[in-house]
Amino acid sequence: MVPLHYYLLVSALLFAIGVTGVLVRRNAIVIFMSIELMLNAANLSFVAFSRELQDLSGQLFVFFVMVVAAAEVTVGLAIIVTLHRNWKTIHVDAIRMLKG
Amino acid sequence: MELFLFVTFSALTVGSAAAVVWHPHPVKSALFLILSFFSMGGLYLLLQAEFIALMQVLVYAGAVMVLFLFVIMLLNLKPRGEDRAAFKVRVRWAVPLVLFFVGGVLTAVTGALARLAPAGSHGPDWVAAQGGNIRALGRLLFTRGLLPFEVTSVLLLVAVVGVMVLAKKERR
Repeated sequence: MVPLHYYLLVSALLFAIGVTGVLVRRNAIVIFMSIELMLNAANLSFVAFSRELQDLSGQLFVFFVMVVAAAEVTVGLAIIVTLHRNWKTIHVDAIRMLKG
Repeated sequence: MELFLFVTFSALTVGSAAAVVWHPHPVKSALFLILSFFSMGGLYLLLQAEFIALMQVLVYAGAVMVLFLFVIMLLNLKPRGEDRAAFKVRVRWAVPLVLFFVGGVLTAVTGALARLAPAGSHGPDWVAAQGGNIRALGRLLFTRGLLPFEVTSVLLLVAVVGVMVLAKKERR
Protein backbone atom coordinates (compact mmCIF):
# COMPACT_ATOMS: atom_id res chain seq x y z
CA MET A 1 0.00 0.00 0.00
CA VAL A 2 1.40 3.38 -0.99
CA PRO A 3 1.68 5.51 2.18
CA LEU A 4 -0.46 8.60 2.73
CA HIS A 5 2.56 10.93 2.66
CA TYR A 6 3.20 10.24 -1.01
CA TYR A 7 -0.35 11.17 -1.98
CA LEU A 8 -0.18 14.31 0.12
CA LEU A 9 3.07 15.28 -1.57
CA VAL A 10 1.52 14.85 -5.04
CA SER A 11 -1.51 16.83 -3.91
CA ALA A 12 0.68 19.64 -2.54
CA LEU A 13 2.66 19.76 -5.77
CA LEU A 14 -0.52 19.99 -7.84
CA PHE A 15 -1.86 22.74 -5.61
CA ALA A 16 1.44 24.63 -5.90
CA ILE A 17 1.32 24.36 -9.69
CA GLY A 18 -2.26 25.65 -9.64
CA VAL A 19 -1.42 28.66 -7.47
CA THR A 20 1.60 29.42 -9.65
CA GLY A 21 -0.61 29.27 -12.73
CA VAL A 22 -3.04 31.81 -11.29
CA LEU A 23 -0.15 34.09 -10.35
CA VAL A 24 1.88 33.96 -13.56
CA ARG A 25 -0.58 33.55 -16.42
CA ARG A 26 -2.58 36.41 -17.90
CA ASN A 27 -4.96 34.43 -20.11
CA ALA A 28 -8.30 34.15 -18.29
CA ILE A 29 -8.99 30.62 -19.58
CA VAL A 30 -5.61 29.30 -18.42
CA ILE A 31 -6.16 30.95 -15.02
CA PHE A 32 -9.43 29.03 -14.88
CA MET A 33 -7.67 25.76 -15.69
CA SER A 34 -5.25 26.45 -12.83
CA ILE A 35 -8.19 26.84 -10.46
CA GLU A 36 -9.42 23.43 -11.62
CA LEU A 37 -5.99 22.01 -10.82
CA MET A 38 -6.22 23.36 -7.26
CA LEU A 39 -9.68 21.83 -6.79
CA ASN A 40 -8.36 18.50 -8.00
CA ALA A 41 -5.43 18.66 -5.61
CA ALA A 42 -7.89 19.09 -2.74
CA ASN A 43 -9.92 16.13 -4.06
CA LEU A 44 -6.84 13.91 -4.09
CA SER A 45 -6.15 14.77 -0.45
CA PHE A 46 -9.77 14.00 0.43
CA VAL A 47 -9.65 10.54 -1.13
CA ALA A 48 -6.22 9.74 0.34
CA PHE A 49 -7.41 10.67 3.84
CA SER A 50 -10.64 8.74 3.23
CA ARG A 51 -8.63 5.56 2.70
CA GLU A 52 -6.28 6.27 5.61
CA LEU A 53 -9.08 6.96 8.11
CA GLN A 54 -11.31 4.19 6.71
CA ASP A 55 -14.20 6.61 6.36
CA LEU A 56 -16.11 7.03 3.09
CA SER A 57 -17.23 10.59 3.96
CA GLY A 58 -14.11 11.89 2.24
CA GLN A 59 -15.31 10.43 -1.07
CA LEU A 60 -18.74 11.92 -0.46
CA PHE A 61 -17.08 15.32 -0.12
CA VAL A 62 -15.23 14.82 -3.41
CA PHE A 63 -18.56 14.15 -5.10
CA PHE A 64 -19.92 17.50 -3.89
CA VAL A 65 -16.69 19.31 -4.77
CA MET A 66 -17.05 17.97 -8.32
CA VAL A 67 -20.63 19.27 -8.56
CA VAL A 68 -19.57 22.71 -7.33
CA ALA A 69 -16.61 22.71 -9.73
CA ALA A 70 -18.86 21.84 -12.68
CA ALA A 71 -21.28 24.67 -11.79
CA GLU A 72 -18.36 27.05 -11.30
CA VAL A 73 -16.85 26.17 -14.68
CA THR A 74 -20.09 26.82 -16.58
CA VAL A 75 -20.66 30.21 -14.93
CA GLY A 76 -16.99 31.20 -15.20
CA LEU A 77 -16.72 30.31 -18.86
CA ALA A 78 -19.95 32.24 -19.56
CA ILE A 79 -18.35 35.26 -17.86
CA ILE A 80 -15.24 34.82 -20.02
CA VAL A 81 -17.37 34.66 -23.17
CA THR A 82 -19.17 37.85 -22.10
CA LEU A 83 -15.83 39.55 -21.39
CA HIS A 84 -14.60 38.60 -24.83
CA ARG A 85 -17.79 39.95 -26.38
CA ASN A 86 -17.37 43.34 -24.69
CA TRP A 87 -13.58 43.81 -24.72
CA LYS A 88 -12.50 41.59 -27.64
CA THR A 89 -9.80 40.16 -25.36
CA ILE A 90 -9.47 37.83 -22.37
CA HIS A 91 -6.05 39.14 -21.38
CA VAL A 92 -6.67 40.04 -17.74
CA ASP A 93 -4.22 42.98 -17.83
CA ALA A 94 -6.33 44.62 -20.53
CA ILE A 95 -9.56 44.37 -18.52
CA ARG A 96 -9.28 47.07 -15.90
CA MET A 97 -12.67 48.73 -15.61
CA LEU A 98 -12.88 48.21 -11.85
CA LYS A 99 -9.30 49.37 -11.34
CA GLY A 100 -10.14 52.97 -12.34
CA MET B 1 3.75 -3.01 -8.69
CA GLU B 2 1.44 -0.63 -6.89
CA LEU B 3 4.30 1.76 -6.20
CA PHE B 4 5.32 1.61 -9.85
CA LEU B 5 1.77 2.51 -10.96
CA PHE B 6 1.62 5.26 -8.36
CA VAL B 7 4.90 6.80 -9.55
CA THR B 8 3.80 6.59 -13.20
CA PHE B 9 0.38 8.16 -12.63
CA SER B 10 1.61 10.87 -10.28
CA ALA B 11 4.50 11.80 -12.59
CA LEU B 12 2.02 12.06 -15.49
CA THR B 13 -0.38 14.11 -13.37
CA VAL B 14 2.19 16.57 -12.04
CA GLY B 15 4.14 16.77 -15.29
CA SER B 16 1.16 17.56 -17.46
CA ALA B 17 -0.16 19.99 -14.81
CA ALA B 18 3.14 21.86 -15.08
CA ALA B 19 2.76 21.80 -18.86
CA VAL B 20 -0.71 23.38 -18.52
CA VAL B 21 0.81 26.39 -16.79
CA TRP B 22 3.94 26.50 -18.92
CA HIS B 23 2.51 26.09 -22.44
CA PRO B 24 1.78 29.40 -24.18
CA HIS B 25 -1.05 28.02 -26.32
CA PRO B 26 -4.43 27.64 -24.49
CA VAL B 27 -5.59 24.68 -26.64
CA LYS B 28 -2.47 22.69 -25.79
CA SER B 29 -2.87 23.68 -22.15
CA ALA B 30 -6.36 22.23 -22.23
CA LEU B 31 -5.13 18.99 -23.82
CA PHE B 32 -2.46 18.63 -21.15
CA LEU B 33 -5.12 19.24 -18.51
CA ILE B 34 -7.15 16.33 -19.95
CA LEU B 35 -4.08 14.10 -19.63
CA SER B 36 -3.58 15.30 -16.06
CA PHE B 37 -7.20 14.56 -15.09
CA PHE B 38 -7.03 11.14 -16.73
CA SER B 39 -3.95 10.04 -14.85
CA MET B 40 -5.47 11.40 -11.67
CA GLY B 41 -8.32 8.96 -12.27
CA GLY B 42 -5.66 6.25 -12.15
CA LEU B 43 -4.51 7.55 -8.76
CA TYR B 44 -8.10 7.32 -7.49
CA LEU B 45 -8.27 3.72 -8.69
CA LEU B 46 -5.11 2.96 -6.72
CA LEU B 47 -6.86 4.43 -3.66
CA GLN B 48 -9.79 2.03 -4.22
CA ALA B 49 -12.18 4.91 -4.93
CA GLU B 50 -13.72 3.46 -8.09
CA PHE B 51 -16.73 5.78 -8.20
CA ILE B 52 -14.57 8.89 -7.87
CA ALA B 53 -12.24 7.56 -10.58
CA LEU B 54 -15.22 7.09 -12.92
CA MET B 55 -16.52 10.57 -12.12
CA GLN B 56 -13.07 12.04 -12.68
CA VAL B 57 -12.92 10.64 -16.21
CA LEU B 58 -16.58 11.26 -17.10
CA VAL B 59 -17.13 14.68 -15.55
CA TYR B 60 -13.68 16.28 -15.57
CA ALA B 61 -11.82 14.74 -18.50
CA GLY B 62 -15.10 14.48 -20.41
CA ALA B 63 -17.68 17.18 -19.75
CA VAL B 64 -15.66 19.99 -18.18
CA MET B 65 -12.79 19.80 -20.65
CA VAL B 66 -15.16 19.65 -23.64
CA LEU B 67 -16.67 22.86 -22.29
CA PHE B 68 -13.21 24.43 -22.03
CA LEU B 69 -12.24 23.43 -25.58
CA PHE B 70 -15.62 24.60 -26.85
CA VAL B 71 -15.14 28.07 -25.34
CA ILE B 72 -11.58 28.29 -26.68
CA MET B 73 -12.91 27.40 -30.13
CA LEU B 74 -15.76 29.91 -29.76
CA LEU B 75 -13.46 32.78 -28.82
CA ASN B 76 -11.01 32.02 -31.66
CA LEU B 77 -8.07 33.53 -29.77
CA LYS B 78 -5.36 35.22 -31.74
CA PRO B 79 -1.92 33.60 -31.48
CA ARG B 80 -0.55 36.94 -30.22
CA GLY B 81 -1.03 35.65 -26.68
CA GLU B 82 1.07 36.65 -23.74
CA ASP B 83 4.38 38.37 -23.31
CA ARG B 84 6.76 35.46 -22.65
CA ALA B 85 9.58 37.58 -21.18
CA ALA B 86 7.27 39.12 -18.56
CA PHE B 87 5.86 35.63 -17.95
CA LYS B 88 9.32 34.28 -17.13
CA VAL B 89 9.98 37.17 -14.77
CA ARG B 90 6.73 36.41 -12.93
CA VAL B 91 7.63 32.70 -12.77
CA ARG B 92 10.95 33.61 -11.17
CA TRP B 93 9.33 35.32 -8.18
CA ALA B 94 6.14 33.27 -7.97
CA VAL B 95 7.71 29.79 -7.77
CA PRO B 96 9.84 30.35 -4.62
CA LEU B 97 6.97 32.18 -2.95
CA VAL B 98 4.45 29.40 -3.63
CA LEU B 99 6.91 26.65 -2.69
CA PHE B 100 7.60 28.46 0.58
CA PHE B 101 3.94 28.63 1.57
CA VAL B 102 2.94 25.17 0.35
CA GLY B 103 6.04 23.70 1.98
CA GLY B 104 5.05 25.37 5.24
CA VAL B 105 1.56 23.90 5.08
CA LEU B 106 2.98 20.47 4.20
CA THR B 107 5.34 20.58 7.19
CA ALA B 108 2.50 21.50 9.52
CA VAL B 109 0.30 18.70 8.14
CA THR B 110 3.10 16.13 8.38
CA GLY B 111 3.58 17.08 12.03
CA ALA B 112 -0.11 16.45 12.70
CA LEU B 113 -0.12 13.13 10.80
CA ALA B 114 1.63 11.36 13.68
CA ARG B 115 -1.53 11.72 15.77
CA LEU B 116 -3.73 10.32 12.99
CA ALA B 117 -5.49 7.04 13.69
CA PRO B 118 -8.12 5.20 11.60
CA ALA B 119 -11.36 6.22 13.29
CA GLY B 120 -14.00 5.31 10.73
CA SER B 121 -15.86 2.06 10.35
CA HIS B 122 -15.69 1.90 6.55
CA GLY B 123 -12.77 -0.46 6.11
CA PRO B 124 -12.28 -2.61 2.99
CA ASP B 125 -14.26 -5.46 4.59
CA TRP B 126 -17.25 -3.20 5.24
CA VAL B 127 -17.18 -1.88 1.67
CA ALA B 128 -17.02 -5.45 0.33
CA ALA B 129 -19.96 -6.44 2.53
CA GLN B 130 -21.97 -3.54 1.09
CA GLY B 131 -21.39 -4.86 -2.42
CA GLY B 132 -18.56 -2.61 -3.61
CA ASN B 133 -17.46 0.99 -3.48
CA ILE B 134 -20.25 2.43 -5.63
CA ARG B 135 -23.03 0.77 -3.62
CA ALA B 136 -21.49 1.75 -0.31
CA LEU B 137 -21.05 5.34 -1.45
CA GLY B 138 -24.58 5.50 -2.84
CA ARG B 139 -26.04 4.24 0.40
CA LEU B 140 -24.05 6.85 2.31
CA LEU B 141 -25.08 9.58 -0.14
CA PHE B 142 -28.78 8.96 0.36
CA THR B 143 -28.59 8.68 4.16
CA ARG B 144 -25.91 10.88 5.68
CA GLY B 145 -25.52 13.15 2.66
CA LEU B 146 -29.16 13.52 1.63
CA LEU B 147 -29.60 17.22 2.49
CA PRO B 148 -26.39 18.37 0.74
CA PHE B 149 -27.37 16.19 -2.21
CA GLU B 150 -30.73 17.93 -2.54
CA VAL B 151 -29.14 21.37 -2.08
CA THR B 152 -26.83 20.46 -4.97
CA SER B 153 -29.81 20.47 -7.32
CA VAL B 154 -30.58 24.07 -6.33
CA LEU B 155 -26.96 24.98 -6.99
CA LEU B 156 -27.10 23.47 -10.47
CA LEU B 157 -30.36 25.31 -11.17
CA VAL B 158 -28.74 28.60 -10.11
CA ALA B 159 -25.80 27.84 -12.42
CA VAL B 160 -28.12 27.14 -15.36
CA VAL B 161 -30.14 30.33 -14.83
CA GLY B 162 -26.97 32.37 -14.27
CA VAL B 163 -25.41 31.18 -17.50
CA MET B 164 -28.58 31.96 -19.43
CA VAL B 165 -28.66 35.50 -18.02
CA LEU B 166 -24.98 36.00 -18.85
CA ALA B 167 -25.27 34.59 -22.35
CA LYS B 168 -28.26 36.75 -23.30
CA LYS B 169 -27.44 39.75 -25.42
CA GLU B 170 -28.22 43.05 -23.72
CA ARG B 171 -30.94 45.11 -25.38
CA ARG B 172 -30.18 48.79 -25.46
